Amino acid sequence: MPTTEHLSKQYDSDLDALRSRVLQMGGLVEAQILAAIEGFSTGNPELFERVIETELRVNGYEVSIDTDCSHIIVRRQPAATDLRLIMAVSKTVTDLERMGDEAEKIARMSKQIHERDRLKVQRFGQIRHAGNIAVQMLRQALDAFARLDAEQAAQVVREDMTIDDEFRSIVRQLVTFMMEDPRTISSALEVLWIAKAIERIGDHAKNVAENVIYIVKGTDVRHTRFEDLEREAKS
Amino acid sequence: MMTTPITETSTTPAPAVQLTIRGLNFFYGKYHALKDINMDVYKASVTAFIGPSGCGKSTLLRAMNRMYALYPEQRAEGELLLDGKNLLDADIDLNDLRARVGMVFQKPTPFPMSIYENIAFGVRLHEDVTRAQMDDRVEWALRKAALWDEAKDKLNQSGMSLSGGQQQRLCIARGIAVHPEILLLDEPTSALDPISTARIEELIHDLKQEFTIVIVTHNMQQAARVSDYAAYMYLGELIEFGDTDNLFIKPRNKQTEDYITGRFG
Repeated sequence: MPTTEHLSKQYDSDLDALRSRVLQMGGLVEAQILAAIEGFSTGNPELFERVIETELRVNGYEVSIDTDCSHIIVRRQPAATDLRLIMAVSKTVTDLERMGDEAEKIARMSKQIHERDRLKVQRFGQIRHAGNIAVQMLRQALDAFARLDAEQAAQVVREDMTIDDEFRSIVRQLVTFMMEDPRTISSALEVLWIAKAIERIGDHAKNVAENVIYIVKGTDVRHTRFEDLEREAKS
Repeated sequence: MMTTPITETSTTPAPAVQLTIRGLNFFYGKYHALKDINMDVYKASVTAFIGPSGCGKSTLLRAMNRMYALYPEQRAEGELLLDGKNLLDADIDLNDLRARVGMVFQKPTPFPMSIYENIAFGVRLHEDVTRAQMDDRVEWALRKAALWDEAKDKLNQSGMSLSGGQQQRLCIARGIAVHPEILLLDEPTSALDPISTARIEELIHDLKQEFTIVIVTHNMQQAARVSDYAAYMYLGELIEFGDTDNLFIKPRNKQTEDYITGRFG
């Protein structure tokens, strides 16, 4: 990565501003997911409200960061690493926004589960665990983005495999519950949706990490084997 | 997860080589202006040279048709192989060479004669053609240069009466009228407005089907728009040469990266 500055100071500050706004948006989404997972465990209605309110702010960030990208393209005709940064930012904000949508989904489902009160959520420590992994992945992906660290980004991609395993294990557990007591089916399905939402958050965090590798290495590592991706990140 | 390996996205076969440059050095007196340049110029494609002023890109272009031969203190060493023959050899006929490797300059340089004669003049130097053949040739060249519609009713008017953009297209028509193998363009649009520039760029795109084009430009976006291959030069050295899209998206060299992203200096 070029460490020197652009001849145009304004260009540098435009790109810096763009990067920090992505990080602000990411921080917001991270808080949103944490609140949703916490809401699932505690049933605290304030948390659900907060998740839904934050969603609007996240959407606003997505639109305005994309607008900033267009402006930079039109004014600067970015090339090489700058071009890759702009492309990656535009994709990353889409992923972040979708993570926000998933957090909202978790909040809505959790609210219903707690209102119906058929299923003891305490029995789903695994959801909390998977949720924490997803948040950790997002945090790491944002950190890799901030520091343009391709190797750290590769670790996020590796973590996604863990979260996929967690998801499968939750599904098995839910099937057992539903067979034991059919009255829990509708709530169990909601838990399933929550587990799926967490798994999707992991996928989006992985996308963000892949975008970081694209910025740093210039190679599009989407849909490649993990071994190839890792080799590219370390190259 | 899909399991496709990381591969080059380009699936085009290796292009045919038009001009091979090997160990080319160039001197303005004692000043070493080009240092051991090695690269291939590919047939029926556009190769762009970019780099800051004084990097040697125009010098390299001028070496390709020995424009420098007018100045006794300038000399080139090495090989510029066109069809296996070194263009730098002493027995090369310069008039013949400049018909095979034509050049268009930064400022339009129509001859002070009619539009028709601007084109006929060069053809007559190299070939014996009848009046009718010449008429056909002039029309062909003007059509190729996308100037026919604007010039057909005033072929006998002075070439100087055309607008800047038209004059430049006239110079391109003059260059291609002798059926060159290579057309060298030295900053061909830097004196033109955006519309005329777009016309010339469009023309470059059409002409590359038949001619190998080499262009020197200070405008990086222009290089990105018109070329298939691009070369970055700095202080007389060829720093990086490759597929234009790759060079502008993922340059291999940090100096190239700094230059094209505006970090140079």
